[in-house]
Amino acid sequence: MARFIKPNGLHRRLEGWPLVFTVLVTISILVGGLVEYLPMVLIDDSVQRIESVRPFTPLELAGRDIYIREGCNNCHSQTVRPFRHELERYGEYTKAGETVYERPFLWGSKRTGPDLYRVGGKYPHLWHVRHMEDPRSTSPRSIMPPYPWLLEKPLKLDDLPRKLRVLQRLGTPYSEVEIAQAVDDARRQAREIAAEVEAQGGPAGLADREIVALVAYLQRLGTDIRTAETAPAPSAPAPSGPAPSAPAPSGPALAAGE
Amino acid sequence: MEQTRTTPASTTAAPGSSNVQLFSYDEQIVRLFVLATVIWGFVGMLVGVLIALQLPFWPANLGEYLTFGRLRPLHTNAVIFAFAGNAIFAAIYYSTQRLCKARMYSDLMSRIHFWGWQAIIVAAAITLPLGLTTSKEYAELEWPIDVAIAVVWIVFAVNFFATLQRRRERHMYVALWFYIATIITVAVLHVGNSLALPVSFMKSYPIYAGVQDALVQWWYGHNAVAFFLTTPFLGLMYYFLPKAAERPVFSYRLSIVHFWSLVFIYIWAGPHHLNYTAVPEWAVTLGMLFSVMLWMPSWGGMINGLFTLRGAWHKLRDSVVLKMFVIGITFYGMSTFEGPMLSVKSVNALSHFTDWTIGHVHSGALGWNGFMTFGMIYWLLPRLWRTKLWSERLANAHFWTGTLGILLYVLAMYASGITQGLMWRAFDEAGRLMYPDFMETVVQIVPMYWVRLIGGLLYLSGVVMLMVNVYMTIRQAPKSLPDPTFAAPAPAAAAQPAAA
Repeated sequence: MARFIKPNGLHRRLEGWPLVFTVLVTISILVGGLVEYLPMVLIDDSVQRIESVRPFTPLELAGRDIYIREGCNNCHSQTVRPFRHELERYGEYTKAGETVYERPFLWGSKRTGPDLYRVGGKYPHLWHVRHMEDPRSTSPRSIMPPYPWLLEKPLKLDDLPRKLRVLQRLGTPYSEVEIAQAVDDARRQAREIAAEVEAQGGPAGLADREIVALVAYLQRLGTDIRTAETAPAPSAPAPSGPAPSAPAPSGPALAAGE
Repeated sequence: MEQTRTTPASTTAAPGSSNVQLFSYDEQIVRLFVLATVIWGFVGMLVGVLIALQLPFWPANLGEYLTFGRLRPLHTNAVIFAFAGNAIFAAIYYSTQRLCKARMYSDLMSRIHFWGWQAIIVAAAITLPLGLTTSKEYAELEWPIDVAIAVVWIVFAVNFFATLQRRRERHMYVALWFYIATIITVAVLHVGNSLALPVSFMKSYPIYAGVQDALVQWWYGHNAVAFFLTTPFLGLMYYFLPKAAERPVFSYRLSIVHFWSLVFIYIWAGPHHLNYTAVPEWAVTLGMLFSVMLWMPSWGGMINGLFTLRGAWHKLRDSVVLKMFVIGITFYGMSTFEGPMLSVKSVNALSHFTDWTIGHVHSGALGWNGFMTFGMIYWLLPRLWRTKLWSERLANAHFWTGTLGILLYVLAMYASGITQGLMWRAFDEAGRLMYPDFMETVVQIVPMYWVRLIGGLLYLSGVVMLMVNVYMTIRQAPKSLPDPTFAAPAPAAAAQPAAA
């Protein structure tokens, strides 16, 4: 080493060889990536699959893309950490197997607002409609901007078959039938949600507006493992859980670091 | 390896004496990048001030295209790629030519790089408010713009490496090592993270999903900080600080050790952005470990910078350039201590998702990147435009306003982040959440958002002072600024004795 960094040592000679120098730099920066990231990307089994986790429906996918367009992820995270206070506040922590259809992942890096990973089923549809139209009508003192245009803009569904097709190519298991019927399927789900909003006393005629897609997506969030866990495990309800939805935290051992 | 010694290609007959060649530097390209830096710096920070206002005052969300969610990526992209980006290009084009004693390989490529990059920035400024985004942090731009970035970057790389080939200086100075690392790594990161399948002209889905996407994104995201905001600025420091201080760099050995350890270790640190998530435990632990190790090479750079001023500290009194460099390097040292600390799991459990992170990145961006850039510009202005700086006093005012602005900004964010982090995890005596309503923890920190806004405004007004100084200095510059001509011995092998 000492010889290497002598004023006239090997490094001095290396400084005269840009090509060799560049190759060495390239190797140095590739090692970490190869060891740390590549295995996760290449090995398909690196993430434990969960049987009940299903791809998003076409309407939910449309809603997810609206979520991305509006940049919701800039203020809302979507990943619950295995701490007792997060389990109490949000519900079960996020499992790797739940994320396999997230293209892109939307875990976020900042909670200006609360985490949304387990928001599905926490509030009625109408709550979300009101909240988007005017956040302070449901959450006094909220600092969230209003999104009234979501209740006005027509919902674009015609690109859904292409979106599903691209996702299928990337590995999401959409069937040919699902792709062919994507638009019809989305319309059906949109009508259901709009009808429920109306039944809850909300505005009528939202079935062809963007808001129903976003509601569909938000209501789906974090609910896939609920169906799985409620069936086999007669787990006791979460102590003082804020939402009726939260399944019992099953991993107290992981809640270290508190 | 032998053949690489005989690389320099320019064998054009030298006028005059047998071994001496005449050449000039392309200074116009540096002037262009300096001007772009100042203009985009103002724009990016103005958007920053707007979104800082939107947090405590929601009516500042001005309709569909100007909500926080759409403007925040515009702010980060503008400051990182437009402000800091143009600054490092100015630094690289100015110093590489001098360190190589050679004009840039191709003036045309330099222009393609400059105008291509500005076009990319304009495209970002249009598409992001329109909601055309991939959502991946610092990589929000959709696939056609990603392709354009890759093309422009390759042009830049070819131009740079071809200039290295034609250099008249046998050894590459340490600044050039950092530029090499920057150019190579940014290319690898950008391509690796942007791989996606298009759905339409402005929509795509990434080839990675979930946990994999998260890991790749933070491999990219963290190393964008490393190789776009750190290594090129260290190169900048290594060139401009000794010039401004008229002192040689403190330690050649330290520069070797900290360069290689920095470029090797940085890549590993990415997963610390994913502590306690669904990412495998071994990956985040490795990420934390390397983050802590990173502290030392980072401080190697800080020490080499600050110790370069040994015996020259009195020069700070009269030199606003040196004052800015010293503040910049000091903030580099502080944020590269803070970074490893925040990556430690038990600290991260508190700090993650809070404003502490925002404070941390701004101590890096405003303190380190901002002040290194300002120092460089104040040093370059009189040289590039061959006149005196219009006002030293205004530059000093910029220094103090900016410094005060950062301090207010960072302290407000620390207070806000720690407050909210503690409130989220507080339990009462009965074992229930003390603040089950998230809103309580938001209302508590709103006053800090106002303080941050004031800090941001102060920093922005410093940039306005810089703009005035740039404008007035250029006004008094001579009409014609021909590239200066220099003479140096012909490159290479023949002229260079083995002793070097």
